[in-house]
Amino acid sequence: MTVLQWTATLVGLSFALYIGIAIWSRAHSTSEFYVAGKGVHPLANGMATAADWMSAASFISMAGIISFLGYDGSVYLMGWTGGYVLLALLLAPYLRKFGAFTVPDFVGERYYSQTARVVAVICAIFVSFTYVAGQMRGVGIVFSRFLEIDITLGVAIGMGIVFFYAVLGGMKGITYTQVAQYCVLIFAYMVPAIFLSMLVTGIPIPQIGLGAADQETGTFLLDRLNGLHQELGFTAYTDGTKSTLDVLAITAALMVGTAGLPHVIIRFYTVPKVRDARISVGWALVFIALLYTAAPAVAVFARTNLLNTVTDQPYAEMPEWFTKWETTGLISYEDHNGDGLIQYVGPDAVDAAGAAVRNELTIDRDIMVLANPEIARLPNWVVGLVAAGGLAAALSTAAGLLLVLSAAISHDLLKRNWRPDISERGELLAARFSAGAAVLVAGYLGINPPGFVAEVVAFAFGLAAASFFPVIILGIFSKRLNREGAIAGMLCGITLTAAYIVYFKFVNPAANVAENWWFGISPEGIGSIGMAVNFAVAIVVSRFTPAPPPEAQRLVERIRLPRGAGEAHEISG
Amino acid sequence: MNQPATGRDHLAYWRRNLRYVGILLAIWALVSYGAGIVFADALDTVRIPGTGFPLGFWFAQQGAIYVFVVLIFVYVFLMNRLDREFDVDERDEEGAA
Repeated sequence: MTVLQWTATLVGLSFALYIGIAIWSRAHSTSEFYVAGKGVHPLANGMATAADWMSAASFISMAGIISFLGYDGSVYLMGWTGGYVLLALLLAPYLRKFGAFTVPDFVGERYYSQTARVVAVICAIFVSFTYVAGQMRGVGIVFSRFLEIDITLGVAIGMGIVFFYAVLGGMKGITYTQVAQYCVLIFAYMVPAIFLSMLVTGIPIPQIGLGAADQETGTFLLDRLNGLHQELGFTAYTDGTKSTLDVLAITAALMVGTAGLPHVIIRFYTVPKVRDARISVGWALVFIALLYTAAPAVAVFARTNLLNTVTDQPYAEMPEWFTKWETTGLISYEDHNGDGLIQYVGPDAVDAAGAAVRNELTIDRDIMVLANPEIARLPNWVVGLVAAGGLAAALSTAAGLLLVLSAAISHDLLKRNWRPDISERGELLAARFSAGAAVLVAGYLGINPPGFVAEVVAFAFGLAAASFFPVIILGIFSKRLNREGAIAGMLCGITLTAAYIVYFKFVNPAANVAENWWFGISPEGIGSIGMAVNFAVAIVVSRFTPAPPPEAQRLVERIRLPRGAGEAHEISG
Repeated sequence: MNQPATGRDHLAYWRRNLRYVGILLAIWALVSYGAGIVFADALDTVRIPGTGFPLGFWFAQQGAIYVFVVLIFVYVFLMNRLDREFDVDERDEEGAA
């Protein structure tokens, strides 16, 4: 079978599976719609969380980014996994004990304030919309490149599928679809990774292959890549170019942002018990780590293969994948010196005579994972599998985000603010309607993406880090933190972070260089400063305003103990 | 252990919890911010024997993630034991709601 036939078959089969699961797991109550009736097994929830979390960015873009950044790519690896330790130790068990439906629910109750709830709802909606636009774009790219379908039609098909199982099944449908999607995406990621590892090092485990010797030359793969980089004028692969402080700030912002993302947090509302919530975070990280430890290996294999395939080779003899990606505009070649060969070099490159060499090849980072099987000449079915995996990753994340959006509108705004007397059936209907509306907006953003999707991702993490994380942590670990402190902290954290990012990314992009940054911290890392400001402001303002009422203090005592509700004890202090 | 827990017990329970969290988060910071970032260049002069991994690079791209997984499971084990010790663990009939 050809690549196209394999892709169509595998994508079709995976979609049929998702639809089947959706019909089997329809939601009948608001509890099932928002939190899957709190009856999900911790292992299944771990898998669902992994699929929920690993988006098109993790599956399609991450290995490619690492492959171009080398050591500097570590910020994503540590940043997007380290947040789970914070979730397990500081957030998940307590939020599960609190037992609400949404993140703004907790903020509103703990800080006895509708204002705090509304601020939280706005943050949740902004973060989730930002994210979902990127997912729909990923769906469009996979469809257009692999199935040779127009991007608009591709996004429409993706929307149709998500619409079907999110609107019908709510959290219950989404959870079990995500379990299936995790299996599809991890299989699709590991098969080419194992193939590549075998091909390059002869070792079937990519995580070990990364540190092994290359079969051709017998030198260690990382040494060989560092050598190639030096020859071509790039920085050594295992060294970074970012400043240490900036690497620290970005890693911290991503970790804290991960722990503050509402679509990740609500996954831990769906398990039956507090101890299930704890172990469930552990399982989630196991499933995520499988992909995240393979990604740096894939990055190195891809980088080595790419350099070997293109360096000083005649442009006319490039393989088929090269021309295919060229037509999408994601690879471009300009023959500056007119020799018909490809010079793909770094900024410090010089020729034998010591004269500077110009780079002639531009490659979009996002295509590395998708192009990898073809670059390594793997069988056609592997190429089709990667397409199905990319779609699984994008759709599972999109569904989780849509649920947050739907719950924010139907539960936090409608039920808790405008129409407290709404019936269960009415709320369920509203939840379905808002999920449907959110799908349509997400689809529109996927077809007509704002030109700054990549920029707004930094925004989403920065805002999650600077808004939710501190007020939730303080809400659990401090009884003294009050309404005034929480609202002031959230507003200061968000304003600072948003202003810094907007200034450097949109208002004055020309000034976005290290010399102008505060302490050399890039807009990607500013969320960690925003978080620190939020903590400081919240604590200081609370000191000078009245202590929270006894109900709020009892709530804190209640969520600190795993055993059942309603047994709160008064503790002085 | 069968009499109902008191406020004093709950305070002791919470202090132990905070101590566990403090120790585990110190390790968390040490492997990621420490070994993976601040001391990465120094550790890179050492290699994991028999492999091509410079140690700092390995921590940043592999090791820290493995340690994160272990930390969570250690926390789960410690907390489940602590819950039983202070008699605040969930009974089996709970959580069906």
